[in-house]
Amino acid sequence: MKTRGNSVLRLATPVRAWAQRFALALMLCTAFGLMLMSRSDTAGVERLRMTVADAVAPILGLMAEPVSTVTRMVQSIGALGDIYAQNEELRQENERLLQWLDAAKALQQENASLRQLLNLSAPATPRYVTTRIIGDNGGAFVRTVLVSSGAREGVRKNQAAIAGEGLAGRVIEVGERAARVLLLTDINSRVPVALENSRVRAVLAGDNGPMPQLVHLPPDTVPEIGERVVTSGFGGLFPPGIPVGTVAHASPEGVQVLPLVAWDRIEFLRLVDYEAADLAGLLPENAVGAPR
Amino acid sequence: MRRSFWHRLDQFARQLFPFALTLALLLASLVPLPLPAYASVTPSFMVMAVYFWTLHRPDLMPPSAIFVIGLLQDFLTGGTLGIGAIVLLALSFATGSQRRFLGGALFVTVWAGFVVNSAGAAILTWLLNTLAAGAMFDPRPALFQYLLTVGLYPSMGWLLVRAQRAVLRPV
Repeated sequence: MKTRGNSVLRLATPVRAWAQRFALALMLCTAFGLMLMSRSDTAGVERLRMTVADAVAPILGLMAEPVSTVTRMVQSIGALGDIYAQNEELRQENERLLQWLDAAKALQQENASLRQLLNLSAPATPRYVTTRIIGDNGGAFVRTVLVSSGAREGVRKNQAAIAGEGLAGRVIEVGERAARVLLLTDINSRVPVALENSRVRAVLAGDNGPMPQLVHLPPDTVPEIGERVVTSGFGGLFPPGIPVGTVAHASPEGVQVLPLVAWDRIEFLRLVDYEAADLAGLLPENAVGAPR
Repeated sequence: MRRSFWHRLDQFARQLFPFALTLALLLASLVPLPLPAYASVTPSFMVMAVYFWTLHRPDLMPPSAIFVIGLLQDFLTGGTLGIGAIVLLALSFATGSQRRFLGGALFVTVWAGFVVNSAGAAILTWLLNTLAAGAMFDPRPALFQYLLTVGLYPSMGWLLVRAQRAVLRPV
């Protein structure tokens, strides 16, 4: 009995070692295959990715919750110290903004009447989906975030993602309850933009660094430092006029743009439903709520 | 009979522990933290976990488990599929072949081993990403990520040793 067991073992060991090595090779081949596949077959890969993301989104949402609570607590404790100065600042800013509001109202009136004169249809008010960032930290090679809304909430591919002040990126993958946003800074990001003052069109190309580059500028254009960059609406993916950033460096080697978004502090993103807004533009004006 | 069933179930759950803990670490590493530039230099907890378990309990961290973890990492971080799996499998293979020297060694030696092995993993990750994207990546974020990973290994190792003693001792 014992000898038989031994002989089986003696035979089994090399077989097992061989099987293990074969399995390792198989797994490595599968991984390489997937690597190639994710370069070519993007639709299939996307579906796979979003299935996984949908499955873990609730867990990630739960995990992100305490972190953001603690962050907010720390921030509010920090804010307690200069609450008086801040209040004073806000009061002054409020006064200034009220003046701006008056100006804006007058301009809106004027704009509306001029549009009527020209018989130009009013641009539609886009719809927004506000969503929480539940996962980022893609590491050194990707700049994407996972958000906690998906097709259920009306998120669709190619919607623009805005964080507070400015454009943050674009929705690239959508699941049932999660979606992935490609940030402006990612090496694969290309956003059609325009310089606000000169109206020169260009493309903002990410390079994984903090400052994306302006490419495809007309040859003799040298943008001013500090000039604002906004989306041009070219290509029809994004609404025109979303602020993106300001020109930070301009030299013959390249023009770099500093995005408005404070990457370290964004917790929520607003996704702009521009396609719906486009359709809404075809409806009579009263059908869409104008900004009040 | 009943007791042996529960015993086996307990045993099974404990054997699953390294895998489950590594998955939990993967999810935890995705949670956004409000630290400057943290997202691009998030230390690679998966490299730490795979190195640790390959050295201490390779039987509970087989290549199949590493493959699954690596793929999940690629899926969840949004990187090119397969790179995480290849890097973690290569790391475990390299670490496994050094078990004779590193197995019962002093912690400093184990850490030195990690410095070398995780450097290999970082370089491989950079190479594969460059290959997949067809563009040179700035190596600085990857370098910082590597340094942070190496710097955090002692505390992570300490935590994992505690966890191993608490859960796996009877196995």
